[in-house]
Amino acid sequence: MSMQRIRISITVNAERHQLEVDPYETLLELLRDRLDLTGTKKCCGEGECGACTVIMNGRAVNSCIILAAEADGSEVLTIEGLSEGGRPNQLQQAFLDAGAVQCGFCTPGMIMAAHYLLRNNPHPTDEEIREGLSGNLCRCTGYGRIVAAVQAAAAAEATAASKAGLESTPEAPK
Amino acid sequence: MSRGVVGSSVNRVGGVPRVLGTQVYVADVKLPNMLHAKLVHLDCAHARIRSIDCGEALEVEGVRAVLTAEDLPKPIPRFGPAYRDRPLLAVETTNFHGEPVAIVAAESEHAAQVAASRVKVDYDELPAICTVAQALDPSTGLVQDPSIRSDGPFRHTNILDEWKFGWGDVGGCRAHAVVENTYTFPIVTQFAIEPFAFLAEPTAEGITVYSAVQIPYGLQRSLAAVLDLPLSRVRIIAPDPGGAFGGKQHPKLEPILAYFALRLGRPLRLELTLEESFQEVRRAAAEVRVRSGFDSDGTLVFQDIESNYLIGAYADIAARVVSKASYVAAGPYRVPNVRILARALLSHTPPSTAFRGFGAPQENWAVESQLDEAAGRLGLDRVEIRRKNLPKRGEVFMPQDPPADGDWAECLDRAAQAVGWGDPLPEGRGRGIAMGLKAGPTTAASYTIIRLHLDGSATIYCGTSDMGQGARTVFSQIAAQELGVPLENVVMVMGDTAVVPFDLQTSASRSTVVMGNAVQAACRDIRRQLADLAAECYEVDEEIRVDPGVVHLPAGDRTFVEVLQDRFGRVKGEVIGVGSARSEYVPDHPLGGPPAFYEVVAIAAEVEVDRETGVTEVLKLIVAGDVGRAINPQAVAMQDEGAAVQGLGHSLMEQYILDSAGRIRNLGALDYRIPTTQDAPRELRSIHVENADGPGPYGAKGVAEGGILSTAPAIGSAVAQAVGVRIRDLPLTPERIWTELNRKTTP
Repeated sequence: MSMQRIRISITVNAERHQLEVDPYETLLELLRDRLDLTGTKKCCGEGECGACTVIMNGRAVNSCIILAAEADGSEVLTIEGLSEGGRPNQLQQAFLDAGAVQCGFCTPGMIMAAHYLLRNNPHPTDEEIREGLSGNLCRCTGYGRIVAAVQAAAAAEATAASKAGLESTPEAPK
Repeated sequence: MSRGVVGSSVNRVGGVPRVLGTQVYVADVKLPNMLHAKLVHLDCAHARIRSIDCGEALEVEGVRAVLTAEDLPKPIPRFGPAYRDRPLLAVETTNFHGEPVAIVAAESEHAAQVAASRVKVDYDELPAICTVAQALDPSTGLVQDPSIRSDGPFRHTNILDEWKFGWGDVGGCRAHAVVENTYTFPIVTQFAIEPFAFLAEPTAEGITVYSAVQIPYGLQRSLAAVLDLPLSRVRIIAPDPGGAFGGKQHPKLEPILAYFALRLGRPLRLELTLEESFQEVRRAAAEVRVRSGFDSDGTLVFQDIESNYLIGAYADIAARVVSKASYVAAGPYRVPNVRILARALLSHTPPSTAFRGFGAPQENWAVESQLDEAAGRLGLDRVEIRRKNLPKRGEVFMPQDPPADGDWAECLDRAAQAVGWGDPLPEGRGRGIAMGLKAGPTTAASYTIIRLHLDGSATIYCGTSDMGQGARTVFSQIAAQELGVPLENVVMVMGDTAVVPFDLQTSASRSTVVMGNAVQAACRDIRRQLADLAAECYEVDEEIRVDPGVVHLPAGDRTFVEVLQDRFGRVKGEVIGVGSARSEYVPDHPLGGPPAFYEVVAIAAEVEVDRETGVTEVLKLIVAGDVGRAINPQAVAMQDEGAAVQGLGHSLMEQYILDSAGRIRNLGALDYRIPTTQDAPRELRSIHVENADGPGPYGAKGVAEGGILSTAPAIGSAVAQAVGVRIRDLPLTPERIWTELNRKTTP
């Protein structure tokens, strides 16, 4: 029981923390129990269901199978860091509008996985979305509306980008 | 304006915190001074416990106590929603894989876990009963000691109970074609993404228990009985479940946790792993033998159905599952002669409980597959044989029960059309279609209180559990419609027995109908009271009409807010409306009452089967349900789609694999596969037949289970058409299909 604690530093949602963690402590436990970021959910505990998905150093990971000690020096983004001033961002809103949220327990992990997907592939096909979210289990929706939500978010992002593009281009085509 | 809010697809009420990650689930609740519990169980199903040594566990730093059956009052308290047969902890024997033998409390979760692993149990593993054949074999021994069974003919058998239903004369009728087969349905689990978590807190008043339970008032009754406390001293706080599907209806580990917390005098938290959650809840497996008789034109002459359900070591709600499902096993058809025999068989497996469809998917799998076999035999189209036997609206199809309450043939036709029935099929593809029927709620008791505040906003208090089905959304829409209040000014309060009035349960797709009626009644109570207040305030003698948001006075219309302010003035006040909806127990009805509605769907599937691997891909899945009236069409579609893909799971991949001693070999997400985005059909659709003919508000019926009722026979039928093999055992795994294909081609 008297194992040595490990001193780590970790940046979560742009906030830096110095912590002493137990050697057996997972990143998920650190987020939920030490930082009270309970938006990240625990389900399978073995990296199979994706409920605990967060972005660590730019990659989507299952925080239940990463030790807190391994996350030393890393930058982590959780569902709490995704919203804009406590309001849903475009992707989160797309989940609501598409009816992709039922019980909501898989939703944070699903949204983080979708966020990662869209960061790396802003115009995914239906199949690429299914591939990208295949590590996230949902038992309520049957997935169709989740895929539609990601498509809608990608389309909204594209529209916003093209608008922004038009505004910043002095000689925009008429 | 909120007019027309009923019937519109407003976004899920309560959705925003779910996408932000701020929704509080039970595992997110933390209390000061809280201890952590961990269960101790054995890696076997049936064992005789010789001794339990807690010495080493108690030496672990941070451990406060370890409890075994020896520490509990004698006789040991037992609980259960129908039979009080499950002990707080295993007494002398364990009877299923995962039954807890001890519970540890410690200052940290880690310490509890370490200590639990150091509890030394000396035990002898015993042979387990884990198949229907073993449970029916009189020489195998008993799962339950007769001392905990009630008197009756089955007390010295493994039959918990047996039912016989029917009408006409099956023995005396003659049919042109008789089809007889046995179908099996495996043990599958709800797999809510939220594993079980509980928190028990001793308080000055008694005890508060946090549980994501679907029936807070049922848990309250159970705990009051186990702890010998008045109901008023047991408070249940039920945060919205993270998925439930029936698995969170009845008490599981709350009784031992509450008892332990009271002994410790400190809050005690228990969070199960997903594996442990699998050991707490699952669907009953079933073997259904059906003999069906048909005329040459496909008209059903008789159905002779024997269903043996393999339930667990304790009854939970399984007896009701078996009786309710088997009673309507002949399906939504006009069948003049029906004989039904059903048994609930105890076994050394985890207690089976409610799971979406409540036994109906097991029956529908068998009976719908029979119709396909008959169609093949008689050279009839599979849609045609069904259409021929479907009753018209208003036609009696079960002699003791309400007549057909919808346009079921329209469901069939629209599902067939949507899946492209009759269109040419590429090689390796097939289509299937199947009807599903489930009896809706029989008894009911829902109460609600609605407060209309001075500014015209409203708060609704009700005991329904919103586990993802969107009860909050539907009730908010009803209240917004009835009171003329903008939807965003309606707030729902749920999930706390100290606050919300009594509700019998959230189950059987009842809430929109039953609690929905109560909400509507409470709104109308408010409108009546407003009429009285207006009469008094404005000194009007004639009757005053009150519409949503408007009080019609001889001098002109006033808004609700104007009336409230004129009447209450500077002293202020509010109007409190009360609504209820009840259906009483009917002793001479086989189910204790006729169902409030039938949940009826047609499900159509198109699949592609790879002959080389046996892998089935479901390309299209269509659910067409007679929903009465969709209060929120998107919410109805969300239920249908989710249920259909859950059904795809038990059709193609899900099953518990037990070893011969009853150990579950595939606990957890890695080894128990549920559908992923890759398995879900690319075309997933929900079609609503709406004639406003249901018993709920605006003619609504319940809809939450339809999509799972007949997914398996639709997919099974499609597989049969695709590759020419008919498999009667679920799930239709690649191994089974491949084996069958190769058996067929072997000369």
